[in-house]
Parts: sequence; structure tokens; C-alpha cells
Amino acid sequence: MISSTIGIWNYWIVFCLMMIGLFLVIGRKNFLKKIVGLTIFQTSVFLLYITFGKIKGGTPPILNESIDSIYSNPLPHVLILTAIVVGVATTALGLSLVLKINKEYGSIEEDDISAQDLVDYHDDIETRKSVDLKFKQ
Amino acid sequence: MIDILTKNLPILVVLCPLITSLFVVLIPNIFFSWILTTLSTFLTFLFSILLYQEIQIQSHISYALGKWMPPIGIEYIIDKVAIIPIIIISGISFIATIFAYKMIPDEIEKKSISKVYSLWLLAIAGLLGLVTTGDAFNLFVFLEISSLASVALVAMGAQKDKQALVAAYNYLIIGAVGATLYVIGVGLLYGITGTLNMEDLTNRISDLNNNKALIAGFGFMIIGIMVKAALFPLHIWLPRAYAYAPSAVSVLLAATATKASLYILARILFSVFENSENLINNTLLYVILPLSIIAMFAGTIMAIYEKDIKRLLAHSSVAQIGYITLAFAIGTKASIAAGFIHMFNHAMIKGGLFIAITSLGFFIQKRVTINNLSGLGRAMPITFFCFVLCSLSLAGLPLTAGFISKLYLIKATISSDAIWIAILILISSALSVVYLWKMIEVMWMREGRKIVVKENPTIYISLIIITFFNVYFGLDASLVVNGSFEAAEKLIGDLK
Repeated sequence: MISSTIGIWNYWIVFCLMMIGLFLVIGRKNFLKKIVGLTIFQTSVFLLYITFGKIKGGTPPILNESIDSIYSNPLPHVLILTAIVVGVATTALGLSLVLKINKEYGSIEEDDISAQDLVDYHDDIETRKSVDLKFKQ
Repeated sequence: MIDILTKNLPILVVLCPLITSLFVVLIPNIFFSWILTTLSTFLTFLFSILLYQEIQIQSHISYALGKWMPPIGIEYIIDKVAIIPIIIISGISFIATIFAYKMIPDEIEKKSISKVYSLWLLAIAGLLGLVTTGDAFNLFVFLEISSLASVALVAMGAQKDKQALVAAYNYLIIGAVGATLYVIGVGLLYGITGTLNMEDLTNRISDLNNNKALIAGFGFMIIGIMVKAALFPLHIWLPRAYAYAPSAVSVLLAATATKASLYILARILFSVFENSENLINNTLLYVILPLSIIAMFAGTIMAIYEKDIKRLLAHSSVAQIGYITLAFAIGTKASIAAGFIHMFNHAMIKGGLFIAITSLGFFIQKRVTINNLSGLGRAMPITFFCFVLCSLSLAGLPLTAGFISKLYLIKATISSDAIWIAILILISSALSVVYLWKMIEVMWMREGRKIVVKENPTIYISLIIITFFNVYFGLDASLVVNGSFEAAEKLIGDLK
């Protein structure tokens, strides 16, 4: 029981990383920390794929007719190469958005930003009221 | 020459916008970059029409990408099911590109316009790739291409309203989590079956009915796609993203983006996992059915209380997505066909409504809220007329496309002995009249400020086209109905 639990320790690491990442994405109010969480979450999935592909004692998958050996599956690695590129693009886009948000709002805290949006919304209503009043007179 | 063209149609549909997007970014001139974009979307639409004709002859096209034979290589599958979203996406994107001619230069600064068109084409290419590919991992790549491009497009709305940035950020984070969940699901399935090809997956899954990894993988995939399709509790990103995006982008996204994901949902449920019936039936009954019913009502009620019109339409989209997934959840042939009919009609209805509302916004030059709509109906009769027709279509009045989809949906629920669902659908449609009437009343009945608006044909031509189709498919729906029934038959066969 214990050996089988510890034997799949890399799955445990994947699991822990996944939960840490997801918690950061959901629980943090800071936009930058959310992106950190997202990156950790995605990296845990990369580890998951690579773990599938590995066989204990497996060699690299090189075609060699003289040696009849067990080899690791290369496909998950290749898939993850693609997923890493996608992950980099996501992070880059997210970070550039955070920069823009910081420039426009002067903060990257979710609470500050939604408070500002709310103020804008009420300002909008007030100005509209005064304009309407003027219009009627 | 023609032979090569017809043989490569499945990839041409995706490649045409993808390659043009690389060239558009190099053109500094606004007009020429628009021309190139229009040409590209028109060609894509032409290719998809040709593909439709080809499908009528062959009924199943399998295209091996780069001549690597499936299941090893990536396969593109076009059949009677996939052709529906392909026609929707390519057709609506062509109309939206015509609409973009005036709208994009109005809202976006000159130097980034060609980049916007490039992203625009990239988003279309991603959506088309999503529906053509038959490879589970390739699907993830297209999912991310389309969603990253749409996030950047939504963020372009920041030049008018800075809230677009937050909307885009939320869209990005929620979308990325959804896509990653989908990848986990694909990984688990690959771990137990050793294949990524969807048809191959179907065959290999049949031996392992009660495998825990299979169930987990299925769950992850479905949740990931549900985030992208904006099914009820996972729809949080949608209203904001649609509301603050630039006008033309709202039209494109509202009419096409969720449709592609809904099609993927249908394909995973009824095609990839067709052999694990128990799992699918439980998912349909205990997850998708209740969520769709809640979505129908939550979306409608949110729309009734909403003041901002673009957001109102987005909430109404959530409700309409509820109808489509409800149709899938009932799971009979007739109901799945009804789902596809409504998918097609909703793309036209929502496209039309968004075009009408954003062109109102173009003339009053501020956010369109319920208060500053007053009197606009008289100032802009053509736009208002089309808006009313599309609204009637959304509410499901006879002689419009919306009526056809409601009719088949209710017929399907009654034939599967679920009268209470039919009643719920009717109640929800009746509620949708509330928010539609609210807008029409303000626009027509209430006296507003006197504004003189000269309606511009470059703006209303696309609205007229889309409204014409709304009415046409209400009068003669045989094309859509037959196509949808063929699709449903292809998806679930003669099982039920």
C-alpha cells in the first residue's frame, strides 16, 4: 500500500502543483498573482504528460535494429512542446494586459479596480441626470 | 486544378484566413487591409459552400494532413455535422467583416487597425480549425488560437472604455483554465488508450467502460469545453467580454465563438464517447439538463434587469446557449436536430441584434444604454426595422427563423414525453419578450432628443443581409432542418 502510494510520487507532485495553481487563480485578488497561479497550473499538466511518457529503464526512442530495448514514448513530450508554446503565449498576453490595466487604473488589485468601475458607473448616472435636467429646462 | 482544389478543401477552409492574417498585418493602409480581409473571408465562405456541396455527394471526408495517414497523423474530418458550424462561422464572419468597414476605424486608432484585422482572421481560422479537426490535441491548439486572438480583440475595446481590459483579462484567465482542464482530460484519455485521433478513441474506449481514468478524463474534457461554450455557471466571462469589445468584434464573437464550442460539446458527448452510454446518459440527465434549464432562466432574468444593451444581449446569449444544450441533453434524434437548428438560427439572430445595437452606438457615439435609446427608432428607421425583425425572431414569432427552432425544440420535448420542459421553454421565451419589448418601446414610443441621423449603407447593408436570412429561413427552413436532421442522424445513428 505504502510503496504503491510512494511509487507514484510524481503524480502526487503533479496533483499538489495543480491544486496550488488553481487555488492561486481562484483565491488571489492580485492580477499578477493569478497569472503566476495559471502558469503553475499549466506546468503541472506538462509534468503529468511527461510522466505518462516515461517508462522505468526506458531508452530514448532511437531506431536501432541491433538492440531490442524498451523505449519511452516520445509523443507526450512533443505534445507538451506545443503546450509550452501555447502557455508562453497565454502568459505573455496576460502580462501585457496586466501592464495596460496598471497604466489605466493605477492598480492591479481586483477590489480597487471594481471599486473604480463602480465609481465611474455612478458618475455616469449622475452626469446623465444633470444633463437630462438641463435638457428639460 | 479544380481537382486539387476540391481534394484540399478541408484544409483550405482553415488555411485561407490563417495565411492572410500574416499578410494583413504588413499592410499599413486601412482600406486595403479591409479589402484583403473581406476577400479572405469571402474565399473562406466560398470554400465552405463548395465543401457543403462535396458533403452532399460524399457524406464523410477524411483529410490526412501532410499525407500522414490517420490515426498516426492529424486527421481533418468533415461530415454532415461539422458542415453546420463551418457554414455558420464562415458566413457570419464574412458579414461581420463587411460591417467592420466603418466600425473598426471608428473605435480603434489608425496604426493598430491592420493588427486588428490580422487578429480577426486568426480568430476565424482558430474557430474553423476547431470544428474541422479530428485530433483531440490539435483541437486544443485551435481552441487556444481562437481564444487568444479573441482576448486580444476584446482588449482593443480599451480605447473606448477601459473596462475592456478587465473583461479581456477575465476572459483570458477563465478561458486558459478551461483549455488546460481540457488538456488534462485529453492526457488521461491518451494515457489509457494511446491515441489522440477521435475516431480511434471511440473504438478503443468501448472496451473500458468502467475505467476510473476514462470517467475522470471525460469529466475534465466536458468541463473545459463547457467553459468555452459558456454554459450557465461557467458563463461569467461572457457578458463583460461581449459588452466591452469593439462593436464589430462583439458581432463576430457573439455569433460564432460559442457555436464552435457547442459543436465540440456535441461531438464529445455523442460521437467520441458513444460507446459508454451509461456515462453519457448520466451526464446529460444530471449535469447538462439542470444547468441548461437554470441557464435559460438566469440569462433571461439577468437580461430583464440589465440597463446596458450590449450586456443585455450577452445575457440573452447565455439563455439561448441554454436552449441549445437543453436540446442536446434530451438526447433524442429530433432534439439534437433542434439543437443544431437553433445553433444556426441563433447565430443569425444574435449577429443581427448586435449589428443593429452597435450601429445605433456608432451614431450616438456613447455606450448604448436603455436611457439613451429613446427616440432612436424614428431617427434610424432602417436599423430599427431590422432590429425589430431580429427581436421577433429571438422571441420566436411565426415567419421568422426563431420560430422554426422553437417549434422543433418543443416538438422534440413533447415527443420524448417531457411536457414540463416544453412548458419551461415557453415560459422562458415569454420572459424574453419582456426585455425585447423594453428596448422597442423606448426606441419607438418615447420622445427623445431630436437627433438627425443619416443612415449609412456601408453599415446597414450587412444588417439587411442578416435580417433577410432571418426571415428567409423562417419562411423556408427546409435547408436548415434537413441538414440538422442529417447531422443528428450521423451523430447518434439509429440507436435511439
